[in-house]
Amino acid sequence: MAKYKMHLLVCGGTSCRASASDSIIEKFKSEIAANGLENDVQVILTGCFGFCENGPIVKVLPDNTFYTQVKPEDVTEIIAEHVIKGKKVNRLIYNPEQKKGSKSKGFYRKQIRIALRNCGVINPENVDEYIARDGYQAIGKVLKDYTPAQAIDIIKKSGLRGRGGGGFPTGLKWEIASKNAADQKYVVCNADEGDPGAFMDRSVLEGDPHSVLEAMAICGYCIGATQGVIYIRAEYPLAITRLKIAINQAREYGLLGKDILGSGFDFDITLRYGAGAFVCGEETSLIHSMEGLRGEPTNKPPFPAESGYLGKPTNVNNVETFASVPVIILKGADWFSSIGTEKSKGTKVFALAGKINNVGLIEVPMGTTLREVIFEIGGGIKNGKKFKAAQTGGPSGGCLTEKHLDTPIDFDNLIAAGSMMGSGGMIVMDEDDCMVSIAKFFLDFTVEESCGKCAPCRIGNKRLYEILERITNGEGTMEELERLRNLSLVIKDTSLCGLGQTSPNPVLSTMDNFYHEYLAHVNDKKCPAGQCKSLMKYVIEPEACVGCTACARNCPVNAISGERKKPHVIDTAICIKCGACIEKCKFNAISIK
Amino acid sequence: METIKLTIDNKPVEVPAGTSVYQAAKNLGIDIPVLCYMNLHDLGIENKPAGCRICVVEVEGRRNLAPSCSTTCANGMVVKTHTTRVINARRTVMELILSDHPKDCLTCPKSGSCDLQNMAVKMGVRNIPGQAYAEMSTYKTDFSPSIIRDMDKCIMCRRCETMCNDFQTVGALSGVNRGFMAVVAPAFEQDLEKSPCTYCGQCVAVCPTGALTEVDHTPKVIRALADPTKTVLVQTAPAVRAALGEEFGLEPGTSVTGKMVAALRQIGFDYIFDTDFAADLTIMEEGTELLTRLGKHLSGDKTVKLPILTSCCPGWVGFFEHNYPDMLDVPSTAKSPQQMFGAIAKSYFAEKLGKKREELVVVSVMPCLAKKYECQRDEFKVDGNPDVDFSISTRELAHLIKEFNIGFNELADEDFDRPLGESTGASVIFGATGGVIEAATRTAYELHTGKTLEKVDFMELRGMDGIRSATIDFNGLPINIGIAHGLGNARKLLDQVRAGKTNYHAIEIMACPGGCIGGGGQPLHHGDTSVLKARTKAIYSEDTNKKIRKSHENPYIIKLYEEFLGKPMSHKAHELLHTHYFDKSSKDIFI
Amino acid sequence: MAKIKSLDDLRMMKESLQSKINLREKGEDPGSHVQIKVAMATCGIASGAKTVMEFMMEELEKRGIESVVTQTGCMGYCYAEPTIEVKLPGQEPVVFGYVDTKKADEIIEKYIKNGELVEGIIPMNYETIDNK
Repeated sequence: MAKYKMHLLVCGGTSCRASASDSIIEKFKSEIAANGLENDVQVILTGCFGFCENGPIVKVLPDNTFYTQVKPEDVTEIIAEHVIKGKKVNRLIYNPEQKKGSKSKGFYRKQIRIALRNCGVINPENVDEYIARDGYQAIGKVLKDYTPAQAIDIIKKSGLRGRGGGGFPTGLKWEIASKNAADQKYVVCNADEGDPGAFMDRSVLEGDPHSVLEAMAICGYCIGATQGVIYIRAEYPLAITRLKIAINQAREYGLLGKDILGSGFDFDITLRYGAGAFVCGEETSLIHSMEGLRGEPTNKPPFPAESGYLGKPTNVNNVETFASVPVIILKGADWFSSIGTEKSKGTKVFALAGKINNVGLIEVPMGTTLREVIFEIGGGIKNGKKFKAAQTGGPSGGCLTEKHLDTPIDFDNLIAAGSMMGSGGMIVMDEDDCMVSIAKFFLDFTVEESCGKCAPCRIGNKRLYEILERITNGEGTMEELERLRNLSLVIKDTSLCGLGQTSPNPVLSTMDNFYHEYLAHVNDKKCPAGQCKSLMKYVIEPEACVGCTACARNCPVNAISGERKKPHVIDTAICIKCGACIEKCKFNAISIK
Repeated sequence: METIKLTIDNKPVEVPAGTSVYQAAKNLGIDIPVLCYMNLHDLGIENKPAGCRICVVEVEGRRNLAPSCSTTCANGMVVKTHTTRVINARRTVMELILSDHPKDCLTCPKSGSCDLQNMAVKMGVRNIPGQAYAEMSTYKTDFSPSIIRDMDKCIMCRRCETMCNDFQTVGALSGVNRGFMAVVAPAFEQDLEKSPCTYCGQCVAVCPTGALTEVDHTPKVIRALADPTKTVLVQTAPAVRAALGEEFGLEPGTSVTGKMVAALRQIGFDYIFDTDFAADLTIMEEGTELLTRLGKHLSGDKTVKLPILTSCCPGWVGFFEHNYPDMLDVPSTAKSPQQMFGAIAKSYFAEKLGKKREELVVVSVMPCLAKKYECQRDEFKVDGNPDVDFSISTRELAHLIKEFNIGFNELADEDFDRPLGESTGASVIFGATGGVIEAATRTAYELHTGKTLEKVDFMELRGMDGIRSATIDFNGLPINIGIAHGLGNARKLLDQVRAGKTNYHAIEIMACPGGCIGGGGQPLHHGDTSVLKARTKAIYSEDTNKKIRKSHENPYIIKLYEEFLGKPMSHKAHELLHTHYFDKSSKDIFI
Repeated sequence: MAKIKSLDDLRMMKESLQSKINLREKGEDPGSHVQIKVAMATCGIASGAKTVMEFMMEELEKRGIESVVTQTGCMGYCYAEPTIEVKLPGQEPVVFGYVDTKKADEIIEKYIKNGELVEGIIPMNYETIDNK
């Protein structure tokens, strides 16, 4: 059936292309033609291998040979030795042993999929496919072989920490809930993913809903709960549909409901929809929302583990946390804790977004560096621009800059770097992004999403936003910069819940890392990235302008004047900075200053 | 009891387990400022949303500052209440709150008794940074018959919400909107008038700012006094005299009946009458209604419903109209004393004066805001002319007295005018929870048994417990009496009645804590519920000092029946002194 | 569906499901089919995965190719949606990105019919835990 005997896959990812994969392809094609192999060997350009550091990459099928750092001059050898004689070119084969200090543990791939293990693999609407991939084996094993305390111990030993943002040790959380006696307890899955640019939990629920159901049942057994509730935002209709199908299928098989797998353990799960308030990701707010109350936080303690949903002990975990649990049970605590760093075990899913080539979902071992994530898996920055910063932790986090590129990503390092893990959104920014505007963007979000219960968050964030707006409008003063910092620190110090306690982070982190940009806005009334409209000026270079009148004819507000064949002038008082003139100018005579 | 040892500002302190840091500091004489926090201990209400963040303190080992009002003391805790960090944070938060608060203190109705203003004074705030470009959260001002909501002044302390939902279970107010626009409002930000609000005014009573205030009727009263064609009558509710003095710096619990009458006379009212007179009248009607219903019930008439519920409290009437439309035939049909007074004043007394009802203006001084709404109800008007024209609160009367340059504390006692100013001890105790039913018992006992009641003090009916019950021996016939104050307690009791789980013959319900003495129109207690107890004491001592202590012995009441009404529950009495109720549950708040 | 009564039942069920899948995947099953998985998470659907899935199902049937088209979750390559995975009997699965109906047609004609690779392949860039 196969027409070709051999395929040569040449990486066409942005960064490999930059390092000459195009000429490699040309060379391959001409060598193949020269050897008369057109009908036997096919050369094909592929997407990114996620291994850009060692690009260009060439993969040979069917024998799966993986060549790295291939140069055009290597092509002749590959054709002559490998393709014609069948002898692999050893010096080009990837050998991890040579790469000292590499975190990849012998695999060229940077990613390990634990929480995402079934995403994109199984049909999420067919429980059989989940079962075929060890589905519900973990709950079976727990019910048959372990006491709740023993199962909790496995989770504790695995070192799993909450993936929702805080990074609280999951096993400890379960243990606390298990020790609070009550006639009813609840297991709650927090699927109220709300960070801008984050979609990890949605993907897990859409791709592998059963793993979350199974983990909730395991948690129920451990803490002594028979009721589970998934609090999911109503904006996730597909995830909701698939969860409903999954719950029904699990019930039909008796994997949820009464007497699960003949163990005598009962557990069932219902869904509760959130109306899309960011603050409802905070667990006390989430519980109030579930109870039908206004979604706003209350002071902790009491923690949900003591008094949660309907006043009963409640364990709240995030989707990704739950999705990691069944594998930990099956493969053991030691296996899980062998992955990651000393205090952050296992893997973390990130949603890559922003100015990055490979926007998407990745799962990497804790301890992977930002450089690996952005420049290898992520394929680098779009359009060959320069990396400026990556925002982790969404509106609660901070930005990581060039100096953090080689910091291993884990809970503690991110906090030390002035950001946080958050739920796993990672927004990448390039040289064109104005960091003051970025801070303003996130503040705009928190101003909208604050519940308004406590004064510092309700009013303080608004005031931060107002100051940032003044700065980006060129109205800011040094005194306001000072106030911006003090206000940020006080909001963090005095706010009621995690939202307000972290909302000034984007401001503080950009001030710490890009203070010169703030100063440029305040003192020089300039936006170094050229993003702040109020600080921009459209100017016609008289030397370049030929007086074709195209700009003047297309200016919607008649801000441009000038005689034919003579340099034109823009009246900046009238100009609305729409950019129409720049588009029309064929002589690159108009610039933004 | 387990005790906790901790250190606050380097001073060791030992407190019972569960004590808040705020309370522990208070025990040490450290007064941590609080704004949203409110503890109405006697009512079992503690408002601690931990929202204002003014009371933050530094707790060693804690990442961020802790709200002392809602942080529980733990062993070994080291607390600092005035470090630079705390002071800077507290001041910054205060500036934030003020930056979103109107600065019209000069003309604000709360000026002088505003907690926020006091806090700004205490902190010495002189400047609000960035005020020039700080946007303010603004809302439509909501005018209802009783209460004005100017939410621009709301600081989200949520005290009103706690009173409305937790204590009163009325559910008219809750947090709406998000972020900067978050505010306390009726559902969908509808007007209060379209909500299940009963105008009890407990929200107003606890509001720390000018966000919730009463509708001020004093200008209308002054205009009426100035009108030569009008004869202006004033009636004062029993609870007013037990609290008015507080507005003039007198100790809570000081009875100022005589001074109040003198002040009203100086202001220029033509007749100074007493709602207490109408309270005695209420007892005649309600007591007779009770005995009639009881009699029919005992003789096996199944159409008669028991218990009978008192109906003198308009907040309570509004509550059952909204929440218990299936039980509209259970409360007594007797009008409230305010309305009975108005009806008699504009008929019986107008006849005596030889004037038309339109020539009379009846002003009531009430501890209550619901009375403002009550006197505007259509069923209490004759050809559009209301029986009671204006109802002003105790606070408004105090303003009026001050505005009229009357040295209140120096006034010599004066007495009410006759005939509508004569009253008994039974009517005075209407002002306290249990008082109405005690007054009714004094009369009903004698009417039913034909015997003279030797001991008129029914101590078993008094007290501050939210729900109380007692059985009174009517000469062999045990009469079961229930009492509730606070609408949340009323709801509990009513739910039991609705479920048929009680065997009460009569129930007294008052909407406000402690009865009328804790009404929404009274001088602000600022969270100190001991004030309510002091007022109650004043009420009962007024009763003890009265010569006549049973309503049916009031000579002017006897005369009123002889000259005008005939008998209690007569046709004329029915026409003037009884009312009916409406189902308000179906009010569509979406319109 | 009957209830699964015990862990042993569940294990037996898993074995049988797995061996069925293995048979299919290793192409040892004589009647083995081409298997196509379409990433149908929100990201995929938003980029047109539904159209692609329908096209695949219809066209493969029309063109007489024995095949199974199923949906799956997000493969993680959101930048290249819609993505599909094609597994020819006895071969490693191949993921294609940026699949529209034109590309799908090309995949059917070139890869599925002739085993000729087409551009748009996305190499698997992660480790699964099974082979760890």
